[in-house]
This record gives sequence, C-alpha cells and structure tokens, in this order.
Amino acid sequence: MENESKQQGCEVIVVTSGKGGVGKTTTSANVGTGLALLGKKVCLIDTDIGLRNLDVVMGLENRIVYNLVDVVEGNCRIKQALIKDKRHPGLYLMPSAQTRDKSAVSPGQMIKVIEHLREQFDYVILDCPAGIEQGFQNAIAGADRALVVTTPEVSAIRDADRIVGLLEANGFKQIDLVINRLRTDMVKRGDMMSATDVVDILAIPLIGIVPDDENVVISTNQGEPLVGSTFPAGIAYSNIVQRVLGKEVPFINLERGISFWTRVTGIFHKA
Amino acid sequence: MRNFFHRKSSCEVAKDRLKILLISDRVSCSPEVMELIKADIIKVISKYMKIDTKNMDIQIQAKGSKSSGRNKTPVLYANIPILDLHSK
Repeated sequence: MENESKQQGCEVIVVTSGKGGVGKTTTSANVGTGLALLGKKVCLIDTDIGLRNLDVVMGLENRIVYNLVDVVEGNCRIKQALIKDKRHPGLYLMPSAQTRDKSAVSPGQMIKVIEHLREQFDYVILDCPAGIEQGFQNAIAGADRALVVTTPEVSAIRDADRIVGLLEANGFKQIDLVINRLRTDMVKRGDMMSATDVVDILAIPLIGIVPDDENVVISTNQGEPLVGSTFPAGIAYSNIVQRVLGKEVPFINLERGISFWTRVTGIFHKA
Repeated sequence: MRNFFHRKSSCEVAKDRLKILLISDRVSCSPEVMELIKADIIKVISKYMKIDTKNMDIQIQAKGSKSSGRNKTPVLYANIPILDLHSK
C-alpha cells in the first residue's frame, strides 16, 4: 500500500457549478476520496482562494503548512504543499490560501502546477469557486473534463447552464452533470423537478443523482467524506466514482423512496 | 392555452420558466431586445396588412436541427394573427 504507483495517464477533473452552495466541495471531496478508495492516486486542489473549504470538509484543516499560492509564488515545492490524507493511501490535498484573493494565481500558473501533478497522480480534482470570474478561469484552465453540479432549483440550473456554455466555449468536450440534493418526496408531489426534467433542460450527460441526505451534513461535521458508506448519498457518490472511471452503473430509481436505499449495499464496504 | 381545471404544479412552472429563460440566456437576447424586435415587426407587417397585435406571439425557440441537446439552432418564432389581408 505504501508504494502505490501511478497508473498510466492522468485525468484532471474540475468540479464546478456557477452558483454557490450547491455542493461543489462535497462532490470534490467525495469523488476524490472514492477514487482513492479504489486504489487511485488522487490529488484534490482547492482553487477557491480566500474562501477555502475543501480542507475542513476533508478534515485536514489542522495540517496545512503551505498552500497553492505558496507553490505558485515559489515559497515552497509542490510536494511540501500536498497534505497526505492518512486515512486513505494515495489521497492528497493541496489547500488554497485563506488570506489572499483570486488574483494571486493566474490560469497559466495553474496549468504549470497541474502539469507537474500529472506525472504523479492518476486523478487531479479541482474544486472550483462559485462565480464565473478569475477563480473559475483558474480552475478550468488545466482541466480535461468537468463535473457540473446543480440542485433541482431554477437559480442553480440557470447558473449551471451558463457554466456549461462557458466550458463549451473553452473547448471542453466532456461535461457531465451531477444533480445534488434531490428530494424524492417533493418530486412525487410535483413540487421539485425530477432528474429527467433537469437533464432535459441542461442537455448534458448525467453522471450522478445525489439524494438530499442529512448524513452529508453529519459527515461534513466530522470531516469525513461519506463515499463508500451505505447511506443514500454515500452510495450515490460511489456510483459517480464508478461512472467517472467509465464503468456503466445503472441509476437507482429514486422514485421508489428512501427506504429502498437502506436495502442497497454499496460497492464499497466499511472496513 | 391555460387549463382552468388543472393548476400547474410548481415543478411544471419551474420547467416552463427555465425553458424560456435559458433560450434567451443562451443567445444572449434580453427581453428588452425582444420587445424592440417585436415593435419593428409590427411596424413592417402593418404596412401590408392589418394584424392582431394583442394576440401575436414572438419568441426565440430552440428548434431541433441536426444535432440534439445544446447545439440546437435558435429560431425566431412569430405567430401573428391577420385581421384583414387587404387593409389598404
């Protein structure tokens, strides 16, 4: 386990949404951790300079010494800014700077950092800040593909559409949709757009549906991503990880209600 | 258009609003511009016939062309009821 080696090729994935608070950081943390659980070498990068969050969601906030801005400014080597997640072999986090602003890094510098990381990792996951300004430009600059996160709400979907347009304009060929915080009960009542409705509107491939699950809040409180657990959202994230790897996993019919989830065993089992 | 016996669910309302909103977002054509286009169309058509300006409908739609999904070509759709063909 110590000498986990990098497999061929590296994929750089940006997790973005446009609107804030829809679950970019949670998705980044869970997809990254999920890939590491499957033995991949993964580097998570928090690109939200000034408002870093991925470190707390990952439970690594007390171990930060250097950050992305230090790397870019040459205050440290890339390796020094990478925090190793001791719970998962092969999982690393490059935190963002809390006391700087978005202009501290340029897209060109991001591309350089990512080029270095490509040599050491199977996957680089970039947690993108909200908005479409420089932070967004930095985050997408070095990425090969994108995960667009949205919730089934008009504001989030509108912003997601804008983001998809910008990603396409920047030459992205692979853009996949994550629908977060879906509430089956509300969909049934006709008070929330279903996953099909959202996919219909945004017209990009669906890679995952994450049900609204209080366990996400609990796991964030604890600083431990819930991917791999048997909680509804944990299973949903495990499935997204499989699909990121290119495997075909059927979408679990959420219409059957939450109780169905508890009967499903995930691909991962708790050790 | 409106069915008085069936109240739209909030989900349907959201879908309908988004569909219209995103089409104008995607072609970056604001409602104000649409109003200007509408006014000009009325001016031109009115030269030749009498039209029902109250019931006319002009909007940009995404008509399915060769490819599906996001790459649909936007189409300016105008439905203009004619009141009298020989107004002049």
